[in-house]
Amino acid sequence: MSKFQAFMDWVDHRLPVTVTFEKHMSKYYAPKNFNFWYFFGVFSMLMLANQILTGVWLTMSYTPTAEGAFASVEYIMRDVQLGWLIRYMHSTGASFFFIVVYMHMFRGLMYGSYQKPRELIWIFGMFIYLMLMAEAFMGYVLPWGQMSYWGAQVIISLFGAIPVIGGDLVEWIRGDFLISGITLNRFFALHVIALPLVIVALVVLHILALHEVGSNNPDGIDIKKHKDEEGRPLDGVPFHPYYTVHDLVGIVVFLFVFCAVLFFAPEGGGYFLEKPNFEEANGLKTPEHIAPVWYFGAFYTILRAWTIDLPFLSSQLGGVILMGAAIAILFVLPWLDRSPVRSWRYKGWITRINLVIFSLFFILLTWLGTQPASGLYQILGQVGTFVYFAWFITLPIISSKEKTKPVPERVPG
Amino acid sequence: MKKLIAILFAIMPAFAFAAGGSNIPLDHMKVDLEDKASLQRGAQLFTNYCMGCHSTKFARYNRVAKDLGIPADLMEENLIFAETKIGNLMEIAMRPEDSKKWFGATPPDLTLVARVRGADWVYTYLRSFYEDPMRPYGVNNTVFKDVGMPHVLEGLQGRQVKGTAPVVVGYDPLTAQEITEEKDGVLYLAEEGELNAKEFDRAVTDLTNFLVYMGEPIAMDRKEIGFWVLLFLAILFIPVYYLNREYWRDIH
Repeated sequence: MSKFQAFMDWVDHRLPVTVTFEKHMSKYYAPKNFNFWYFFGVFSMLMLANQILTGVWLTMSYTPTAEGAFASVEYIMRDVQLGWLIRYMHSTGASFFFIVVYMHMFRGLMYGSYQKPRELIWIFGMFIYLMLMAEAFMGYVLPWGQMSYWGAQVIISLFGAIPVIGGDLVEWIRGDFLISGITLNRFFALHVIALPLVIVALVVLHILALHEVGSNNPDGIDIKKHKDEEGRPLDGVPFHPYYTVHDLVGIVVFLFVFCAVLFFAPEGGGYFLEKPNFEEANGLKTPEHIAPVWYFGAFYTILRAWTIDLPFLSSQLGGVILMGAAIAILFVLPWLDRSPVRSWRYKGWITRINLVIFSLFFILLTWLGTQPASGLYQILGQVGTFVYFAWFITLPIISSKEKTKPVPERVPG
Repeated sequence: MKKLIAILFAIMPAFAFAAGGSNIPLDHMKVDLEDKASLQRGAQLFTNYCMGCHSTKFARYNRVAKDLGIPADLMEENLIFAETKIGNLMEIAMRPEDSKKWFGATPPDLTLVARVRGADWVYTYLRSFYEDPMRPYGVNNTVFKDVGMPHVLEGLQGRQVKGTAPVVVGYDPLTAQEITEEKDGVLYLAEEGELNAKEFDRAVTDLTNFLVYMGEPIAMDRKEIGFWVLLFLAILFIPVYYLNREYWRDIH
């Protein structure tokens, strides 16, 4: 027995290292027909690691006070060795995190990865998305620029629309009568400790739930139906080494794109780092146009889509309810889709076209969120909001009525 | 189709440009951070004409000297006027409370002004002061209405006024001569300053160039580093690609 084997035996008697590695890596059988879209899960993990690591280093030089925050970010950008790189990795990383998470979710929609028996995976994923939005929102406040301040002002004041408790709730969240250093301090605490812990825990649950039922695939075929004598799925390959080397290729390509933006356009054309945010927060000077960061765009547009004041329902509260519903409805998606097949490859044309329309409108809503809501944009936002909800509401009917194609027993070779 | 959506989704944020700011058309200037001489002239203009009131308090003198290739002793002699050391931040002696009393508003710090407003805005702003007897300093500005500062570069530019003047509207297709038209609300020089119009434009270009550098001192270096990073990744792709192919050879 080699020395290494002896060491591993010693450890394994005390901690299930080998068993765990086998269960989740070398003997975890993943379908052999993963395509391009299956890279985005590992990209999300990569961006999570990137955010945590760069975040730790940023914390070393950042000052979480209203007086010092803005200057400390510029200190990182100018005086800290490679501080600019760490900061851009974090700020560009935030946007890329959302890009890959959106792609990952779109993959789930195309191939029905949320359908039975993967409902919990989807729900954990949605919680990750929700926590990620909170994390990103609080992180955006920390540089203490104009958009940090006024963006927070707009978003937090939304809670004020809630009847009866609204006013007190807003004050409780801010910890002050307006956004102040106290708000900044608590957001810093939540951003660097509380929410990352929750997100990491949720990612663990997301993956544990996935490895319990096994990965879906572009054909939506259940690979566990056909196994060899030793119980290994015939259409599966061990995740390690097959998908580790496979993902490595994707990671290098992804890093190429990421670094191209990071080094050559870190502001992302004013979308990743908004221009007004290079001006220090000033509570007396409202920017002419307050826009959230692009990844909140879709929900921000939906928020602004409700413009009618009713006697019992102000336009503000209506918007808040719409936005809340837009996020909440995502959670119940596994029960809205009643199709007997998972992948859109075996669903009908209506489903496929609807999903493309839904996705294009989601992109449109996202873009509209960064623009002023007036005239044509306002109407487009309302049409987009209608399409967004219509997709979910019609899904049970279409998916249960639509004629589907037979799903092959085995993964086509 | 799927691929197309994917690509659109991925590049959309990077290539679109966020709208913002006022609707006044801006003059375009070409930023060139490689032009050290221009940056040095810009630094000189900035410390001489702007730093009386405006700080660049997030930047340090010695970093500017290093990045712009200015020897430390020359920097100290010619560009540092405050009682300060070369390793210090570029702050000004004027206290914000005082300047607020004197000017009505504290002159803003200009470290990041080019990042907030953009180079074209700064360039146009500096060239768009005109005489306006209704204003406390006798000048107004087309891109910053009722601006609270005097026309500091008036000595260089001369007296600019707003009124009726001939404007080039096109070129004669046969003779290639300028076609001009009398227009109202145009800025023109009533009296030339120390510099002629072309020299003044160059001076403003230099100053703007310097402010763009100020906004992000690492801008030049990061592109160079980025090139090597991308080259490394491109080379890394080759073994990684073949490693994957080798493993997957037997999977059908």
